[in-house]
Amino acid sequence: MTTQVHIVVDGKPHKISVDDPNMPLLYALRDELKMDNPHFGCGLAQCGACTVHVNGQAIRSCVTPIGAVNEAKITTLAGLGTPEHPHPLQAAYVEEQVPQCGYCINGWIMTAAALLKDNPHPTDAEIRKGLSGLKCRCGTHMAIIRAVKRAAAMA
Amino acid sequence: MTTQLQNLRFDLTRRGILKGAGALVISFTAPVTIAEAATAAGTAPKPLDPTQLDSYLAVHRDGTVTAFFGKIDGGQGTDVGIAQIVAEELDLPADKVAVVMGDTVLTINQGGASGSFGITWGGKPMRNAACEARQFLLNRAAEKLKTPVEKLTVANGIVSVTDAPGKKITYGQLVGGKFFNIPMKWNGKIGNDLDVATTATPKKPADYKVVGTSPKRRDVARKVFAQPTYVTDIRVPGMMHARIIRPPVAGAVPTAIDQASVKDIKGVRVVQKEGFVAVLADKEWDAIRAAQNLKINWSQPDAAFPEPAQIYDYIRKAPVRKRTVEKNTGSVEDVFKNAAKVVTADYEWPFQSHASMASGCAVVQIKGDSVTLWTGTQKPHYARDGVAAILNVPVEKVDAHWLTGPGSYGRNDAGDTALEAAFLAKEVGRPVRVQGMRAEGIAWDPKGPASVHTARAALDENGKIVAWQFESKGFSRLEIDSNESDPANSILGQQLGVAPKPTEAFGTPDESYDIPNRLFAWETIPPLLQRASPLRTSHLRDPIGPQVHFASESFIDELALAAQTDAVEFRLKHLKGRDAEAVKAAADKFGWDTRVSGPRGDGKADIVTGRGIAYTKRLNTIVVVVAEVEVDRRSGKVRAKRFAVAQDCGCIVNPDLVRMTIEGNIVQATSRAILEEVKFDRQKVTSVDWESYPILDITDAPEKIDIVLLNHPEIPPTGAGEPSSRGVAAAIGNAIFDATGVRIRRAPFKPERLKGSFA
Repeated sequence: MTTQVHIVVDGKPHKISVDDPNMPLLYALRDELKMDNPHFGCGLAQCGACTVHVNGQAIRSCVTPIGAVNEAKITTLAGLGTPEHPHPLQAAYVEEQVPQCGYCINGWIMTAAALLKDNPHPTDAEIRKGLSGLKCRCGTHMAIIRAVKRAAAMA
Repeated sequence: MTTQLQNLRFDLTRRGILKGAGALVISFTAPVTIAEAATAAGTAPKPLDPTQLDSYLAVHRDGTVTAFFGKIDGGQGTDVGIAQIVAEELDLPADKVAVVMGDTVLTINQGGASGSFGITWGGKPMRNAACEARQFLLNRAAEKLKTPVEKLTVANGIVSVTDAPGKKITYGQLVGGKFFNIPMKWNGKIGNDLDVATTATPKKPADYKVVGTSPKRRDVARKVFAQPTYVTDIRVPGMMHARIIRPPVAGAVPTAIDQASVKDIKGVRVVQKEGFVAVLADKEWDAIRAAQNLKINWSQPDAAFPEPAQIYDYIRKAPVRKRTVEKNTGSVEDVFKNAAKVVTADYEWPFQSHASMASGCAVVQIKGDSVTLWTGTQKPHYARDGVAAILNVPVEKVDAHWLTGPGSYGRNDAGDTALEAAFLAKEVGRPVRVQGMRAEGIAWDPKGPASVHTARAALDENGKIVAWQFESKGFSRLEIDSNESDPANSILGQQLGVAPKPTEAFGTPDESYDIPNRLFAWETIPPLLQRASPLRTSHLRDPIGPQVHFASESFIDELALAAQTDAVEFRLKHLKGRDAEAVKAAADKFGWDTRVSGPRGDGKADIVTGRGIAYTKRLNTIVVVVAEVEVDRRSGKVRAKRFAVAQDCGCIVNPDLVRMTIEGNIVQATSRAILEEVKFDRQKVTSVDWESYPILDITDAPEKIDIVLLNHPEIPPTGAGEPSSRGVAAAIGNAIFDATGVRIRRAPFKPERLKGSFA
């Protein structure tokens, strides 16, 4: 049975027909809307590579059923900012040259963006705690912390 | 910021990336190509030929340059370094040089990413090509400007007459859009060893203007703004999504498949041949559901693996496949007989996983007799060869396009997916995209080998090492090759019945200690399971470096203790020159306190701290790592809080990128030292995700990593990609001893193992 789901992604409304309302949001974004991010990392909500904002909250789209986000406003990394109008975190990420392979990037930036919204001037410990659980296999953690601090200082 | 964003736009425009953005992205790496240069010149594109300058370099009409580089960059900025090296010889700013990497249509096989050779070996033919091009451009300018070469000046791609700067001509005017048609003397090799000689003289290091500066990476903004970047984002019309179904226990093969179990999922195809099983569907989620639901009866093979708790005894008792003595100087046995003091110790290192951010991914399209592969492997030319072999077509019929994959630290599972996508594309007659679930990248990637190490040394009355014997025994680091050019080295090939072709290889410590009598040897043992083993071993970042140097540099600390000497002083007693300078630089940066290592006070506090050092070499790159750790004696938790690192890798092309590369290595190697160990039972690997294969969390990342770069412009670059991985475990282990007085000789230093050790 086909279900209709309405979502607004990066400001654009979409109507999606889904066979399986349990299909994770990730596949609606990648397969139905042909978006190049977020990424599939683990499918288990353990890494963050699929992170998007749903109504302002950072969530893991690999385990969020599409049926649960009907009428939701979704922001992806592509919608967070642009080269012309970067989000402070994107500007800081470029300045600090953070990513190596960069496959994890959605998790860190989208989670940090939500963190900075709630706590614009976090301490080092608050940054680490707020980003705990996210994975970066290239080991760019030091640069990530520098970039989040830089972004906070810009705000 | 502005510069970076301008670079991004420049980059995107130049490389036509934005043109491909959106639903259909099938060739977004297509850059300013040889073909485009040929079209501009009104000639047919030429095949790649290692003896032709045009295969390495093109000068465009706007005076910009494209370098065609047969290696790849996994995010450390190797391409920027290549751009700098080429720009230096051509007297251009680095941002005028675009670098095309790893594409088999556009680049010659320079070995892909391999052994920290990107700049060391990969840079040399690129430099020589640029040098040759400059000579040609200057000679032609001399003709056009009717002025001898000696009286010409080059700046920013403009050749002018030194005494009359108004008389000038640009590179673009001289050759733009046309082929050079200049032969170069090729050494007859492809891969890492490829080199071409220049008839001109490369610049002197003293004259470098671009090499030694820090232009920024070209891929960062693209990644940050979610522009198309990754192999995982390739979509080809008519493409099916595939999931490979690995056996539930190692060595099992399917005996029956119930196709009806997935008949309710739209458009599912099941492919099975010999031991290989895959499901495919038009939509990715349908392929995933089908993989979860497909009912398969599997054979029940005998348990392939030893008891995991016995793995190191298993290795010690296993038959030796190959023994190699790498160093044998003086006579260790004679010295041991009469030594003032003899120290011995054994060390152990586990299997480790690449555990890249996601499992590998590849897309293959077959059109008539032409095959196209999109791959994130480190070695795209070899993946092309493997695809040709698995499809039984000539190599010339396969084009491989490289794109960034989800992490690249050696021979991970990316190469396997290339062959699988090709095999499935042929089976189903449609383009196929393969990407595994989490377990395929942790449980089923090739592993870094487990090993045991035995060290024995003799000290004289002055506390100097007079003899050192160091023996390693473990699984080969090449049970499967470090590339996937032969299906024998792929899991698919092995499942289809191709006989494996393991190479017996390990290694010994790399250092320059002044020790007169030395015996270094290694022994390899048979694979646990001959075919399609989840514990098959291959190259993982700095192959065997972390395990061997965990043992050797922990042991040097044990000798320092036996000699009742400070760990830095003890090393300096046996080192000189650049090695000694690097040790001093790291110790100074750290603020090393000179004393014999061991707990201060009564050592009984709940939280204790310590510092440790490790000195290592890797093919002439010297890295010294000093670590400060905090140990919770109650829980056994070790936190590496602070590092000071000194690195001497010869001429530093891009200091900022070397620093970032070192930081990444230190964090990843800390994770491997403290946490990482592949878990398995008698039948299978049980590390399947981030819970069962944890890596370092940001809450435990170091507070500070101080880096000292010892630059030697006069010495050609010796490699920066991975050398800083190898000393980290020893530095941490030595710091744990300093904090607690307890020597830990088995990695990783995870709390569940260390708990109770510090009572």
